Parts: sequence; structure tokens; C-alpha cells
Amino acid sequence: MFRTALRNVLAHKARLLMTVLAVMLGVAFVSGTLVFTNSLSQALQKQSAKGFDHVDVAVTGEWKEGEGDEEGEYEKLTRELVDTSAAVPGAAQAIGTVKGFTALADKDGKLIGNGFQSEGGNYWGTDDPRFPLVSGRAPKGEGEILIDSETAKRTGYEVGDTVRMSVDGPVLEPKITGIFTTDDGNVAAGGSLTLFDTPTAQKLLAEPDTFDEIAVKAKDGVSDTELRTQLEDALSSYAVETVTGTKLADDQAEAIASSMSGLKQGLLVFAGIALFVGTFIIANTFTMLVAQRTKELALMRAVGASRRQITRSVLIEAFVVGTVAALIGLATGVGIGAGLRSLMGTLDAPMPEGPLVITAGTVGSAFAVGILVTMLAAWLPGRRAAKIPPVAAMSALHAQPTTKSLVLRNTLGSLVSAAGVAVVLVATTMDGTDGQAPMGLGAVLLIIGVFILTPLLSRPLIAAAAPVLRVFGVSGKLARQNSVRNPRRTAATASALMIGLTLITGMTVMASSLQTSIDKMAASAIEADYMVSMANGHNLSPDVEKELRQSDDVTAVSPLRNTYVRIDGQHENITGVNGAAIAKLTEFPVVAGAFEVGGDRVVVDEDDAKSYGLKVGSEFTLTFGDDEQQKVTVAGVYEANEMMRGIMVDTSVVDPHLSEPADMMVMVKTADGASDAAKDTLEKALGDNPAIKVQDKQDLSNEIARMFTLILNMVYGLLAMAVIVAVLGVINTLAMSVFERSQEIGMLRAIGLDRKGIKRMVRLESLVISLFGAVLGLGLGVFFGWAAGELVGSSMETYELVLPWARMGVFLALAAVVGVLAALWPARRAARMNMLQAIKAE
Amino acid sequence: MTTAPIADRATAVAARATELSKIYGQGETQVVALDRVSVGFHQAEFTAIMGPSGSGKSTLMHCVAGLDTFSSGSVRIGETELGSLKDKQLTRLRRDKIGFIFQAFNLLPTLSALENITLPMDIAGRKPDKEWLDTVIRMIGLADRLGHRPAQLSGGQQQRVAVARALASRPDIIFGDEPTGNLDSRSGAEVLGFLRNSVRELGQTVVMVTHDPVAAAYADRVVFLADGRIVDEMHGPTADSVLDRMKRFDAKGRTS
Repeated sequence: MFRTALRNVLAHKARLLMTVLAVMLGVAFVSGTLVFTNSLSQALQKQSAKGFDHVDVAVTGEWKEGEGDEEGEYEKLTRELVDTSAAVPGAAQAIGTVKGFTALADKDGKLIGNGFQSEGGNYWGTDDPRFPLVSGRAPKGEGEILIDSETAKRTGYEVGDTVRMSVDGPVLEPKITGIFTTDDGNVAAGGSLTLFDTPTAQKLLAEPDTFDEIAVKAKDGVSDTELRTQLEDALSSYAVETVTGTKLADDQAEAIASSMSGLKQGLLVFAGIALFVGTFIIANTFTMLVAQRTKELALMRAVGASRRQITRSVLIEAFVVGTVAALIGLATGVGIGAGLRSLMGTLDAPMPEGPLVITAGTVGSAFAVGILVTMLAAWLPGRRAAKIPPVAAMSALHAQPTTKSLVLRNTLGSLVSAAGVAVVLVATTMDGTDGQAPMGLGAVLLIIGVFILTPLLSRPLIAAAAPVLRVFGVSGKLARQNSVRNPRRTAATASALMIGLTLITGMTVMASSLQTSIDKMAASAIEADYMVSMANGHNLSPDVEKELRQSDDVTAVSPLRNTYVRIDGQHENITGVNGAAIAKLTEFPVVAGAFEVGGDRVVVDEDDAKSYGLKVGSEFTLTFGDDEQQKVTVAGVYEANEMMRGIMVDTSVVDPHLSEPADMMVMVKTADGASDAAKDTLEKALGDNPAIKVQDKQDLSNEIARMFTLILNMVYGLLAMAVIVAVLGVINTLAMSVFERSQEIGMLRAIGLDRKGIKRMVRLESLVISLFGAVLGLGLGVFFGWAAGELVGSSMETYELVLPWARMGVFLALAAVVGVLAALWPARRAARMNMLQAIKAE
Repeated sequence: MTTAPIADRATAVAARATELSKIYGQGETQVVALDRVSVGFHQAEFTAIMGPSGSGKSTLMHCVAGLDTFSSGSVRIGETELGSLKDKQLTRLRRDKIGFIFQAFNLLPTLSALENITLPMDIAGRKPDKEWLDTVIRMIGLADRLGHRPAQLSGGQQQRVAVARALASRPDIIFGDEPTGNLDSRSGAEVLGFLRNSVRELGQTVVMVTHDPVAAAYADRVVFLADGRIVDEMHGPTADSVLDRMKRFDAKGRTS
């Protein structure tokens, strides 16, 4: 039996190739995901471990709670502590470290990285073991810095160049005296690391003579824990904590692993979808194999093979195909894993270097998935094969498509779909986070329900295409009728595309709705042309506002100066604004009173008005951090948005109570509105400081949107896989149809349909099936997009459903291309078919 | 065409093969399927081609009908020489000038009986001649079953639809490849009756390949093939005379 099965596999190489391809893609996806995530997390872990190479024990200051309204901070470490640490018997060396935000400009004056990865630190003495120098020498004094080799490579800076940089104050222009190598994760992620000599770093990034951390290296033969005990003893009188480097590395590794698991799960979901879709194709292929071999199988039954033997032979064939596919899939998966990594690298997300990791788990799951899925998919056709009566060997009968009634299937499908719709609808009425699980469940139910219903849906939907197909004459008519001839097969084929397009459409609808709402959020109520803020999200120095105010082009300026106060004993964050200018910079809908800030007159948003029981004219008291009090009067109540909310008070009220005023943002209006020239002027006014961002409304919404456009692009890329699988499915189905209808095609050729007509018929059938799947997918996708939006919209006021017609049109066109491409080969085959043999067969 | 005098049409030739040869393979494995066959099929005549298995009777029909290529010689349908035609022109010729009736799988299962009958015209993008169509449908007696799908018709009814399809486009010549091979004798007789009527009453030209002497007896003329050559011809055949002639083939086959 095994030999017969094996011969069958080898006898039909083209079909074997199709099946193998389908299984292979699924397996490749799964193993690619595993290889990619394993490699990435191992590389990150190695890197983080390397990052702690020079740290056997780290000493940090204890957390000190702030008194009253003051923020807490870490206990500062002094030089004395460094020396004490270095003096313990097990310590080889102790380094005091300082870290902080340091913005470095490239040759065009633009910030390197996105602000969150711009770091600065200290270079310890003349030979810091943490940062091996590649060229140059250690920095000395305020005018000298070191930069990392990655940044040097990216920007083209060399030793001796003068660069522009800023920590939080004015722009500095130090000279590069050396370049060092580092494993720092921020640098790997596209940021920069700038090093100063220790006194300068302390002055710029911390306080003079203090350190953030002491990194202690153990002598040879002294263990981390031993050293830690010694240090704890020596430093017992200080408010410090000690942690071993191993522990730090482990913690980081754990954090990395957990942050990777989301990505991994996401990718595996796509792998699952590819496999799910692949299953139909495999099942279709085996159905075809069995149909083509009806006579042969019947003959085997007639000469005495049992049903079980027939089923087994089909399953053995599946096993062989599955094994081959798993092998190729695994190899391809490794390639995909490597490819994904470099792809991510080009997408502004540099990946750490490291070997490809192929674990036993990866290999195991590749084979399990490949073989199990194939055998599972082949099982039904195998059973059908066993039911072929021996007499079929003698008759001219082909295996007829199952003519079993679809009633049961339709009933079941309707029930499941209805349940899915109901659950999704219920979920939309829930709160954002509560609704997620039911929404997911509903979506899965609905997809399965529609999948079960696809044969039923195929007739009316394809009939709707009849007027278009009529243009193509007989070919169109035959194509339409052929595509509904075997509803189950058409359904299975279309489902592959449907699932892919459902996801793509759903995601796109969500994304474009979000994009619009973010645009609106950024634009609504803001009249300012520019928002000036710090690149790392920290607060701006009030000098920025002063400088901007003096610029000629600027017509109105206001800071958003956040301040903690108490109202009725409750902590509240209020915003200090320039009362004279704020009305020009914003245009909030006013609910009551007037939008007027100045002196003791303030505006409050609706929420605050409600929670503090305030009305226009109400007086209330602000208690500041210095315990001083100020009475203010409500001038107006406004409707807040996502960007700005709360109580707005004139800066003249706030400033006297602040020791260090700091601005979250400064809003600017210029004489001629937003333009590149105006932006340049503003940037120049601020001394072309790389640490400060000047953004117009579009920049702002782009920045918010960037995160999910990146995700969306990844999703598109991954779903391309599902589409490729779908193409294979369509090819398979068409090849099967062409084979089954060879006599009809021969007859059509004989009575005068030319090759072109035959080709057109097959192509149109393919197009009809593909578009059918696409239309279902688009419909479902829009529904899911809407439902998910309802869920998100509950927490986002500006959310509104936006249907991306252009994109959806592109998807439909893509499906059409899939249809045409998939039909290329089967159509050719049909047109080239030998008429006489086709007619004579049977 | 129906108004032309019968005598005139009988002399005109609808299709003719001259020195027609068909050779498969090369060298030692070479098989000669047709060996310089010359034969003409007259208008408004019902011709049967007979011969033992492997005699080349189907090949002859396929070559003359433009379904298959030939190695040498010439085939004319009306005034058209087939040898020089490309696939596209051949297809058009079959569509416009030739009708076919096959042994089985003759109809498209997705089309109704009427749609099957008008299929050649649909392919050509022509409107069927209503009056002629009615005549044909009346003749085959399926007026009440035109909306049915092939699966809802009996084998005999299906073949009658196929005959109607061949007749509907008023081709110059109709070829039948064992048209009754899959039918019981009564249905077969019906179908053959229609073919004969179409020749007698409508002036149609019909060429049919068969191995059944009873079927051949419906024809006006029988052409006998053996080993790729025409060996005999018989006018006004009866089942018995054909059977006798066939028996001689068998005897010859056994002795030689």
C-alpha cells in the first residue's frame, strides 16, 4: 500500500508541487515567525547581558519620597561612595555613572534619532572600560565630547568635527575628540550616545559631584554575590541599594521576553490564518487527486483492497507530501526569519546583530504543523475515496461532486453567523477594554459562520455579476454558470481570499478612522500655527517662551505651564497660560460665560466644572505647592478635547509660586501662518537647538499616527502571505475544474469556441470566484472596522467611522489581479487541450 | 437552400478528401492511420463510414471535420481548403459550416436544452433564425422540454437535443461520431430517423461514423474503411447487406 501511495505522489509532479506549496507557505510562516522572534529576543538578551559586562554589582541611591507636593527622587551618590565601593576587598574597580537626555544634531542640524533614544553620559577618567575607544582620546572639559561609532557612521562625523548639541538649556558646540564602540540598546535602536568627561556630565546631566549609579567590577575569583555582601557591609550607613549585574541582566531579559511575546503572538496569528487558509487548499487538492483516480481506486477495491486500505493510502500520500512540505517550509521559514529582520531594519527599527536561532521547538512545530495539517485536510477526501464502489472501475462515472443537500450547512451557518453578529453588536455597547474579548469571540464566530454560509451566498452574489459578464458573450455566461456549479469548492476557494481581505479591510478601516480622528484632535480648537516642545517629551525651559516672544514674526505666544495645586484638598493639575494670547491660539467651544483668562479670571472645562461644582462666576481657591493660596473666579466653561483640558490660569498667577517654572509646550502664532520659512525663523530664534521640536498641526498628527501606520504596513506585508496562499488555492481549483470539464471544453472547441474564448471563460470564472471572496471580505472587514471603532470610539471623542474607499478599491483590484494571475496557467492548459482526446476520454 | 432542386444538390460535393494521409510517429514506430484516402461527401446525402476497429474511420472523420491535422493530401469543405488554415480559422470554419454530434458528453450540463441548441450561434454572436429553429425543434419533438437541464433528460432526449444543436446553425455538413453508441436501440432508432429526415426533408448533408450495421442502414451510402484505406462503397444499404460486408472483413482479417 505504501509503495502505491508513494508512486501516486511521484506520478503527478505538478499537483504535488501545488499541494507542497500550499503546506509549505503555512509552515514557512510558522517557522519564520519562530525563527525571527527567537533570534531577536536572543540577540536582545545577549546585548543586554553584554550591556552589564562591566557591572558585577550596581549601587544605586534609595528612592526618597517627596515631601508634600514635591516629586520624589533617588538619593544622590557622592564621590566618597565611589571611593568606598572601590576600596572593598573584592572590588577591582568602581565607576560612578551619570546619564541623561542629550540631543545631538546631524550635519543638517536635525536631531539624530527620535528624541527618546538621545542619551548622554560620562566617560570615566582617561580609560573607561565600558566604552572602548576606536579613535581619538578621552574628552576633557566642557568643549569636548565623544560620540559612538554607529552615530559617527550614520552622520559622517569624524574626530575633530564640531557638533551642535543641547541638554536642556542653550545650544553647545563642542568638538569631537574620540569615537567609541558600545552595545547600548538606544544606539542600536537609532539613537545616539554622547559622552562628556565626568565633571561636565555631572554639571549638565545631574548635579555637581553626584552620580546616578556606581558600577563595581569584581576581582577575578570573586563572585557577584560575594562582592554584593561586601558592598552592603561597607555602605550600610548610606541610603543605597545594591543589585548584582546578573540580576539586572535577568530582569532586562525578562522584560524583553515579555515585550517580544506580543509581537510573537501577533505573527503566529497570521501564521495560523495562512495555515487555516492552506487547509482548504490541501483538502481541495486531495479531493481532486481522489476524483482523478476514481477508476484506479475502484479497481483496487475490485481486486480486493479494503476501505481502510484505500483511506490509508490517501493518508500516506498526505504524510509524504506533508513531510516534504514541512522540510522546504522550514528552510523557507529560516529565510523569512532572516528577511523579516532586515526588513524591520529598513523600517526605521534597527535590529540588533546576532545569529539566527533555530530551536528544536521550531523544527518540531514545523513538522507537526506541516504533517498534521496535511493529513487532517486529506482525511475527508480519503474517506470519500474509500466509499468509491468497486463497480466505478467498470463504468464511465466520474466522482460526482457531493450533491448532498446544503440545508444542514446553511442552517448551521446562519445560526453561527447570527450569534457572531449578536455578540459583536453587544460588544460595541461595552467599554473599550471590557468589550475586547467578546468582540474577538464575535468576530471569530461571524467569520466561521460566513465561511459555512459561503456556498449559499455564492449563488445570489455571483448572479449579481451576470450583467457585467454578459458583455463577454458565451464565455461570460459559461464562466458564471461554472463558478456556481460546485458551490462547496467555490466557497472553499473564495474563503481563502475572504479571510485575508476581511483582516486587511478591517485594519484599514480602523486605521483611517483613527487617522482622521487624530487629525481632528490635533486640529480641533487649536489655532496656533506651531507647537514647540522638547524632543524627549520633557518640559521646556521658560526661556524658550521668552525667546519666541521676542521674535518679529510671532503674533501670539502662550506656554502650557503645568502646575500641581490643591482644590478643596484634592490634587489637581492646572495649566498656566498667557491670558492675553490664549484666546488667539485656541478656539474651544464655550459652554457658558466667555473664554477669558487674566488676573484672577480662569476658564474650566466641563468635567472639572462638574466635579468641583463650578459655574460662571464661582469663586474657588487654589493652594499651590508653596502652601500659598490664591482666589480665582470662573470666567467661562469650555468643552475640552484630547490635547488640552482642565483649568487654565494666567501665568502671572502661577509663576510666583514656582521655583522652577517648566513648560510642557509653547504655542505660537505667526504673522503669515504656518510655512517652511516661518518654521525656519522660529527654529533660528531658538538657536537651531536639536533638543527642541517645532511642529505644525500636521507634524503633530503624523507623529501620533506614525506608530500605527508602521503596524499597518507590517500587517499588509504579512497578509501578502495569505494572499499568495489564496492565489495557489484559486489555481488549484481552476486546474481541477478544467480537468473535470475537459470533455465539455473539447466539445466547445469542436463546435466552434476558439482558444481565446476558452481562455476567457476560465479567466472570467477565476475572476468571479476571486471577486466573490473579495466582496465578502470587504463586507466583513467594514463591519469589523465599524464594530472595533465603536469600541475605541467610546474613549475617543473625535472618533468617527471613515471608509477608505480608495484603499478598498485597491483591494478589490488586487483581488481581480489575483484572479487573472491565478487563471494564467489553467486557462492556457484548457486552451491547449487536445480536443479529440478530451472528447474521446471515457 | 431548401428551394434548390434536389437533383442539383445531389451532384454538388459538400466535403472532399483527396489523397489524404495521416501518419503517427516516425521510423519503426510509425503507424499509418490513413493511407491516401480520396472520398467525397455529396450534398443532401447521408453517408455512413464503417470499418473494423483501427481501420481509421474516426480519424478520417476527424480530419475531414477539421478536428485533427493530417500529414498530406487535401481536405475541402465547400470551397475551403483545410490544410492551409490556422487554428483560429479552423475553429471559425467548424463554428459556421460544420455541425457535430458526439457519442457522449455532448451537452453542457449548466445550460438548458434550448441554450444548448443555440450554443453555436451564441458563440458566433449571431441571432438564431427563429423560423428554422422552430422547424428543427418541432422535428425533434422536444418543444415542451426546452427549459430542462440535460440531467433532467433521458439519454435519447439528450442526443436529440444534440442533433437539434447540429441542425440549428444550418451547417454545410454535419459529422456524427458514433451518435447512437451510448443509446438503447429504440432511442438510437429515433435519433437516426431524425438524421435521415434532416437529409430527406431539409436537404442537410450528414456524415456518420458507426460500427453498427443497423445504424448504417439508415444512410444513403456506406463507405468501408480497412487499414486506412477505402475498400468498398455501398449505395442504398440494408442492415443485412452491411453485416455481410463486415463479416468478410473479419474473415479476411483472420486469414491474412
